[in-house]
Amino acid sequence: MSDVTPISSRFRRGLWDDNPGLVQLLGLCPLLAVTSNFINGLGLGLATLAVMALSNLLVSATRRWIASEIRIPMYVVIIASLVTCIELVFKAWFPALDRTLGIFIPLIVTNCAILARAEVYASRNGILDSVIDGVVMGSGFAALLCCIGFFRELIGRGTMFARMDMLFGGEPMPGIQLADNGLLLLLLPPGAFLSLAIAVASKKAIDRRRQKSASFRLSI
Amino acid sequence: MTELASQPDTAPSVWQSAVTLMTVAAICTALVAMTYYGTRQQIADNEQAWLEQSLKPAISGVPYEGDLTSDPLVISAPNELPGAGDAVVYRVQSGGNVVAALFVVTATDGFVGPIRLLIGLQDDGTLTGVRILEHKETPGIGDLVDQSRSDWVEQFVERSLGSPPVELWAIQRDGGEFDQVTGASITPRAIVKAIRETLVYFEAHRESILTLPSTGEAVTPE
Repeated sequence: MSDVTPISSRFRRGLWDDNPGLVQLLGLCPLLAVTSNFINGLGLGLATLAVMALSNLLVSATRRWIASEIRIPMYVVIIASLVTCIELVFKAWFPALDRTLGIFIPLIVTNCAILARAEVYASRNGILDSVIDGVVMGSGFAALLCCIGFFRELIGRGTMFARMDMLFGGEPMPGIQLADNGLLLLLLPPGAFLSLAIAVASKKAIDRRRQKSASFRLSI
Repeated sequence: MTELASQPDTAPSVWQSAVTLMTVAAICTALVAMTYYGTRQQIADNEQAWLEQSLKPAISGVPYEGDLTSDPLVISAPNELPGAGDAVVYRVQSGGNVVAALFVVTATDGFVGPIRLLIGLQDDGTLTGVRILEHKETPGIGDLVDQSRSDWVEQFVERSLGSPPVELWAIQRDGGEFDQVTGASITPRAIVKAIRETLVYFEAHRESILTLPSTGEAVTPE
């Protein structure tokens, strides 16, 4: 069975219509905890994306042999191993980012968005389709992490793209300093909830406006 | 029972499931093991570099030779240094002598959780630098611990147990000599106390801290 939906509309689904964080509200623990700046969001987003794509690949490749009775432990073993690998890779290649993200890299294991994709999609679809699904859904999650991180850093600290060196190497980069200080609230845990609420509400508002203009066009 | 009997071929046996699960677990373990061996050296190098890099700022102004991490001394718990557990002292060499010691200690009475401190001392007990290695203080309130936002820790350089005298090693609110930050006295109080305790400890055990051989095992200085 092959997914015939064109790639572009699948990306649209992952990034917008079915965004794991924004619509399904899955994986909120890391989403809320690490997004105090853009680089953290990007780092954790990329790690989650990689785990999601690879776990979908492995789950899909082994789906013929996995009896439904043991599928959950199977997924957990696969996802936990992949996360351990990703953690080691982060420690080796992005040590600074690993130090900031700390426990949230190993905690990707508990991101239910990943288990959800394994269960809902990869266990029923071909390898290529499943990998695409992992990339698409992972991108949606990563994009949301980046947006919230960008927003909280901008308002909370007054900077943009600070410490990009943690991912790309080189000397410490202060980023673009727009103001000396920001609204501290945004950096504290309540700021994470507020930012997520703003993101979810904005998405709904945009969808509703679109729907309205579409039905308006129809009525003409 | 009838239901079970009616579909004996479709449901896999317990053994079959166990073997599948075991095989997948073995493959996954192999994957992790491969990644581990592939990254082990790099990770060890990174950790060494990070330690070296974080020790450096606490030794400003003192010329030294070799690596800062090459001569560690583990002081076994219980000891009178701040924090529970073993404490590590990195001895700094110059011309064959130990010229300074870098203490890694933990202030346990911070506002939110422990604060890991790096305290550099010259062999005569003068502070060469204080750095906060790890903390969980509230952003904005405990900002003085953040090197990029405050030079609060710089005031300790060149200080020692005689300057000011031990009873003045406290923040101003407690009748001492050191600045606190308005509205946030818990963090500075914890840090000043940790530095004072380290200075007192060094004074009492100076000889053995500077001369005990580095064996890797925890020792108790006389």
